[in-house]
Amino acid sequence: MDTVQAMILGFISVVIVNNLVFTKFLGICPYLGVSGRIDMAFGMGCAVTFVITLSGVLTWMIDNWILMPVGLEVLRLVCYILVIAGAVQLVEMYLRKFFPTLYESFGIFLPLITTNCAIMGLCLFLNLWGIDNLLEATVLSFGAGIGFTMAICIMAGIRENLNLADVPECLKGAPITLITAGILTMAFMGFAGMIR
Amino acid sequence: MATENNISISQTFLAGIWKENPVFALLLGMCPTLAVTTSVEAALTMGVSVIFVLICSNIVISLMRHQLKPHVRILMFTLTISTFVTIVDLMLKAFRPDMSTKLGPYIPLIIVNCLIICRAEACASKRGVFISIVDAVGMGLGFTMTLSILASIREVLATGQILGKDVLVSVENGGWYTPWAGMAMPVGAFVTLGLLLGVVNLINRKAKS
Repeated sequence: MDTVQAMILGFISVVIVNNLVFTKFLGICPYLGVSGRIDMAFGMGCAVTFVITLSGVLTWMIDNWILMPVGLEVLRLVCYILVIAGAVQLVEMYLRKFFPTLYESFGIFLPLITTNCAIMGLCLFLNLWGIDNLLEATVLSFGAGIGFTMAICIMAGIRENLNLADVPECLKGAPITLITAGILTMAFMGFAGMIR
Repeated sequence: MATENNISISQTFLAGIWKENPVFALLLGMCPTLAVTTSVEAALTMGVSVIFVLICSNIVISLMRHQLKPHVRILMFTLTISTFVTIVDLMLKAFRPDMSTKLGPYIPLIIVNCLIICRAEACASKRGVFISIVDAVGMGLGFTMTLSILASIREVLATGQILGKDVLVSVENGGWYTPWAGMAMPVGAFVTLGLLLGVVNLINRKAKS
């Protein structure tokens, strides 16, 4: 029972309290770039969630079962980026075969998931937080993906309305998006300290 | 021919600092920009690390640009970059352990900094070694400069100090300035950068008209 409780708490913590976008500044580029329309933001979020879960689990396994026993921690970063690039390639091939329209609408953003800092960041944080079992690593990776999807969807919703707002000329585009993100972060700070 | 070369070299160099400034104009490398700018020292360490990685990876990629195949291009870029980032990471761990713990995962995250991949793609994989180095130095300096500006604003407002020296004397030390805690938090980062971008847009518009 204890493990189940720990899993649920860990999941909520990584989705809301330690949200990668709002508290760790990871994945800001797609957050600013893609989040113009809700449907695209949601698709992007799903793709990222899949890649982040897959690569989080794989890098954890490689790190704990191969690199650490052999003492090759130096190769950690190179291995991580290879795993992530492979996972993105897999998603790209899958989407192109089964959801061609979604694939078309992503365009350049799909290969860019490789350089999404949220994914690499999560793999590094799993290592930094000292996660020591596979189940917890899986739950946290999935939670991080959900957290990212949530953040990017909220932002897309706000930006759809922002198009109609009267914004000062020089703040249009990226500046107002960043300021909005700042206010959103403040709202999420309300959750801080709730768990852990 | 020689003068033409000189012009393009200085243009490449200056483009990185203002016209194509990685943060202000291209909006690249936002994650470290927002995350490490709580203090000027951290921002400078980050900037120097990025300059080092950028120069080294641009040299290597520029040297192997004729061998690159299109479909494995990005993979080669990230592998080259991650090698140099590993070097930086280990160097910092050895010589500046305090900085290394403070910056935490953001040093390894230089690998996925879009700025470096963008320069590899846009410049190093198309042009010669020398011009790639110039481009790397220009872009790196532009990045460091932006980071330092943002960090100094945030550090002064959040603590009243800059690099350990008092600028605004805070209430605790008998002064008048109440430190603005929000500036050290994510909110401060987003809002300050947003306003800075607004100011840059304003300057650019003034310059145009």
